[in-house]
Amino acid sequence: MNNRTKGYWPYLVPSLILFLGVIVVPFLMNLGVSFTRWSGVGTPRWIGLDNYTRLLADERFWLSFQNNVALIVAMAIVPAAFGLLLAAALFDFIGKRFGPRTASALRAMYYLPQVLPVAVAGVVWGWLLHPSYGAINRALGLDLDWLGDPDLALATVMAVMVWFQLGYPVVIFMAGLQRVDPAFYEAAELDGASWWRRVWHITIPQIRPEIFVVLLTCTIAALKVFGPIFVLTRGGPGNATMVPSYFSYLNFFQKSNVGYGSAIATVLAVIIIVVTFLFLRLQERER
Amino acid sequence: MRGPGRWAVLAALTVLAVVMMFPFVIVAINAVKSPAEYSSAGPLSLPDGLYVQGIIDFWQRVDFGQKLWNSLLISGSVAVLAVVLSVLNAYALGIGRVRGRLSILVLFLVANTLPQEALAYPLYYLAKEFGLYDTKLSMIIIFTVIQAAFGTYLLSAVLGQFPKEILEAAAIDGAGRFRSLIRVVVPISRPTLSVLLIFFFIWTWNEFFLPLIFLISNDNQTVPVALGILQGERYMDATMSSASALLGIVPAVAFFLIFQRTLTRGITVGAVK
Repeated sequence: MNNRTKGYWPYLVPSLILFLGVIVVPFLMNLGVSFTRWSGVGTPRWIGLDNYTRLLADERFWLSFQNNVALIVAMAIVPAAFGLLLAAALFDFIGKRFGPRTASALRAMYYLPQVLPVAVAGVVWGWLLHPSYGAINRALGLDLDWLGDPDLALATVMAVMVWFQLGYPVVIFMAGLQRVDPAFYEAAELDGASWWRRVWHITIPQIRPEIFVVLLTCTIAALKVFGPIFVLTRGGPGNATMVPSYFSYLNFFQKSNVGYGSAIATVLAVIIIVVTFLFLRLQERER
Repeated sequence: MRGPGRWAVLAALTVLAVVMMFPFVIVAINAVKSPAEYSSAGPLSLPDGLYVQGIIDFWQRVDFGQKLWNSLLISGSVAVLAVVLSVLNAYALGIGRVRGRLSILVLFLVANTLPQEALAYPLYYLAKEFGLYDTKLSMIIIFTVIQAAFGTYLLSAVLGQFPKEILEAAAIDGAGRFRSLIRVVVPISRPTLSVLLIFFFIWTWNEFFLPLIFLISNDNQTVPVALGILQGERYMDATMSSASALLGIVPAVAFFLIFQRTLTRGITVGAVK
């Protein structure tokens, strides 16, 4: 047995070398730099945990995570909840009463924003929301500075992200619903259960694995969000839409606080890894 | 729910579809308006005629052909190379079942979920040291590894189910390990590999953070980076902005339409990501 499997190691060698150079070494360098003060040139100066204690007292850092939570709501929770209703309505209502072609045409239209590069979605909305010539103000007869008003900017970005994300859960949930035995629905219908009760008692428990996957992948995407913030607001106005990834980018490339930026990135990485493991553990226990 | 109720549901879902499509429609109709028409009639009217000069001007101003080629070259190379690496890894992990494969798989999974922010500065620093900064090659190498990490994870699970009898038959016919991989495993796994190839292509096309950092010269920028940087530039007026948005939308929608069948088969596979 041992002899048989030994011969497979050479197939892993190219990846392991590349992996070491592109992931492992940079990650460890980032971790190391986070314990130093460094402008990017010269020798980094060791300062121990100073960057991390500074983080804890930094209002901008806490604000950036608070905004991140808002974006988890906009990118994971709202699309998953709303997507579930849409998928159930499309699958067992539109599909049955108006034909599967109507259902899949509607699904395709909900999905279309998802095919855009997220930065391009930002370009589209930056133009639509422009305070002087944008189409949204004209269409609604308003005169608002959607992205420039500190009280409005985060809500606007959240709305854009709901638009961007919604199609993904709809498609995943509809695929999941195909697995559900139609006999469940027929039995429930005979019992006179309302549509809402059927969604709650049959649909949701049956597509639990899909719900897990959508929540996990969308939460991670929300924690990493960068492109739309860069394109739409650059974290502003003030710090109204600051997120950790843009905050670290600022420290790396504009303020030359590489050590501090590395500490932010390390904290973000730890949070994402912990969230991933928690979700996977939870999913394991469900089975 | 019968009678008028069902039409109400259909109407509500259709209104939502219109709202979702609104930005695409608005971008398309305004990209073909002249600036004069835009300022007199506004963004909501239908265009009088087909004014393509705005799109042509924007195309030439940003040298959009070059950007398309850069994106195509980077995404295409990454897709092919990452599939090759994924197959080699998955062959060793899924079929070869080498020792310690579980920890190697976890490592690949963690690498894939890691935020690029935690790699960005060291990669930038190393790329400068090796003379790879601001080259397309740097992006090809980095994204090949990142995509292959996901591909390995997925493909190892698929190849773990590979029928052993077929491999044994090949071995009896005298095929060595490499020959079995090329002649047996790859052809049989072709459907999964093509899904991976397309996903890697589109994911790389859509990347923004690292290309923004690495590709600073005009000759190397990708489509999303070029458009993302121009957003908010002073000389971008209303029609030019919609031309820019349209040029970002068209390739993405084109890929979606071309690859639709493979994609719908694969989105649920990609859901593991």
